[in-house]
Amino acid sequence: MYEANKPRPLDRASILLDVRSELATPSRRLFTKRALTLGGLSLLTGCSLTDDASVNRLLMSVSRFNDRVQAWLFDPKRLAPTYTEAQLTRPFPFNAYYEIGDVPEVNASGFMLELSGLVTGKKRWTLPELYALPHAEQITRHICVEGWSAIGRWGGTPFADFLRRVGADTSAKYVGFRCADDYYESIDMATALHAQTLLTFQYDGNILPAQYGFPMKLRMPTKLGYKNPKHIVAIFVTNTYPGGYWSDQGYNWFGGS
Amino acid sequence: MKASMQAQATHEGAGGKSGASAGTGNELVHPMWLRVTHWLNALAAIIMVLSGWRIYDASPVIKGFMIPLHLTLGGWLAGALQWHFAAMWLLMVNGLVYLALNLATGRLFSKFFPLTLRAIVSDLFAALTGRLHHDDLRRYNAVQKLAYLVVIVDLIVLVLSGLAIWKSVQFPSLRWLMGGYDTARVVHFNAMAILVAFFVVHVVMVAIVPRSLLAMLRGR
Repeated sequence: MYEANKPRPLDRASILLDVRSELATPSRRLFTKRALTLGGLSLLTGCSLTDDASVNRLLMSVSRFNDRVQAWLFDPKRLAPTYTEAQLTRPFPFNAYYEIGDVPEVNASGFMLELSGLVTGKKRWTLPELYALPHAEQITRHICVEGWSAIGRWGGTPFADFLRRVGADTSAKYVGFRCADDYYESIDMATALHAQTLLTFQYDGNILPAQYGFPMKLRMPTKLGYKNPKHIVAIFVTNTYPGGYWSDQGYNWFGGS
Repeated sequence: MKASMQAQATHEGAGGKSGASAGTGNELVHPMWLRVTHWLNALAAIIMVLSGWRIYDASPVIKGFMIPLHLTLGGWLAGALQWHFAAMWLLMVNGLVYLALNLATGRLFSKFFPLTLRAIVSDLFAALTGRLHHDDLRRYNAVQKLAYLVVIVDLIVLVLSGLAIWKSVQFPSLRWLMGGYDTARVVHFNAMAILVAFFVVHVVMVAIVPRSLLAMLRGR
């Protein structure tokens, strides 16, 4: 507390200290202002920042890290929610990397599904042979990486049973797919063996129409839409990372839901 | 000016530490850990919002409402997703460190409570009529307390709804809490809007009281 009647002697040292700190302030403020504006600008021009090679490498390595996190989070016993017939999204949206007019027309007669890689059993399957496999149905939500979702009904055979039937090495890391529309995709073995992963030949009780992936689509409600390959013509089991059409362009490979 | 010098002098008398720095506001306003977590959170939140806008545009929650692409981060959807799912770790880990230290040091309760509706109304009225003083940056007024508490809860909602969207199958209880996958997107979007509204008001307030920016940078 100051004493009103006793003038205090000037403390030169403390005054100088105060003046210096006040003088330093505007330049400091200006520096911060500039730094903030620069930071803001570089963020706003996201394109140039994204084009930077080292930034891209960092983001890709975080994406690979996120693959491992998702594999760790993935619970093989956890089932995706199922829905009733009344909840189906009608019409179920068509979605591909091309327009609906470019959907491949696969000829059913003489079609052969080819298996390769770490597989010891039957390597070539006709459609009638595939249709004769044990049947399962599911009504699940298809979640697109864009954010929208739609509920659909797929019918086919449990993929885990099929892999065991063809003598696949289920201790391998990946299952890869090649498709009639030049799409390609690969998934982790844990998801391939999930109870709700179906190799589907039907949509809503009918033969899978061309726009939904004739002759067959791998349906995984535990993964995003782009991980579910359509128009499959070849399946292979491997320990070498096969990549995928979208993941090779920067989308996350695991793509789990 | 005179009023603020008087106020400073009062603080000095009420509990200031050093006589030499009287009146320069040399008392610690924000500890180091708070400043670090504040700026890391700001960085993470800006990246999350800008990349989130690009992801939003791929499939707008509100039909017909899109964010201008030149305001977004990532260039295209895959790039925006990479930014979003990289910055989420910073946002989440930094947020947990902030909450843990805030609780452990007792700062959360000493800074934000008590908070009464009456105080909020009277401080809001004072603020709108230009009579709210910011003489002591160490003490938040009731509107500040409310705003910061809202944004803390909002960020928690953003993280939880984001996790419900990202892993709607693996986190069934979060999915249920957010009202299902599609509703989680609506929650996520609205929480983003609240965060952006907070950001705008926050930056305007900092522009009005620039000392607060210095305090958040150097602690005093």
